Amino acid sequence: MNGLDLSLIGAILGVALMVPLALAAWRMIKGPGIADRFVALDMLTAVVVALSAAVSLATGRGVFLDIGLGVALINFVATVAVSAFLERKGDGR
Amino acid sequence: MIAAIGILCLLAGLAFITLAGLGVARLPDAFQRMHASTKAGTLGASLTVIGAALLLPSIRLASVGLTILFLLLTLPVASQLLARAAYKSGARLTGLTRGDPLASILRRQDLPLEERVKTTETPRPD
Repeated sequence: MNGLDLSLIGAILGVALMVPLALAAWRMIKGPGIADRFVALDMLTAVVVALSAAVSLATGRGVFLDIGLGVALINFVATVAVSAFLERKGDGR
Repeated sequence: MIAAIGILCLLAGLAFITLAGLGVARLPDAFQRMHASTKAGTLGASLTVIGAALLLPSIRLASVGLTILFLLLTLPVASQLLARAAYKSGARLTGLTRGDPLASILRRQDLPLEERVKTTETPRPD
């Protein structure tokens, strides 16, 4: 495609996405509460979807985008399960 | 022209995701972090996917549309559930200037879950 090096763009995007990944990981490790860690896990969904777009640019294969779709769906189920757990534990019986 | 728009979308998406990461790392309590990660994160991921689809012709339009649709459908629901659970389990609220408007609506623990787990080291009855 007109002189653009798509794999270089994808690689640069992937490297640049390490910054929000590191910030979310720092919050997940440090985060004082349980809710904070799961907020960081939610943040990872966005980073993973963007990373799958970067990988599909870097390799030139569009199918890598479907990995982002799958991770988004799995993370939705994980967040719902965790919030059910947190709500039940939070009620304090 | 389309490539320029695609690169612009990629840059905007990267900026939004980095801002969301910064918000998750820097904001003071769980709800404000959730506000940063959900809105800016969803917008950034969607913009990045759109930019990749504009740059790469071999991406199927259906997977782009499905990815963005599922992000827009599931992330608000997930963050609503997580916020409700975090509120009920007593996560810390900071920076409230006019009191807690949910206090008379939802029952709420006094201490966050991790501190309750730490202070009550009793053996379980069951």
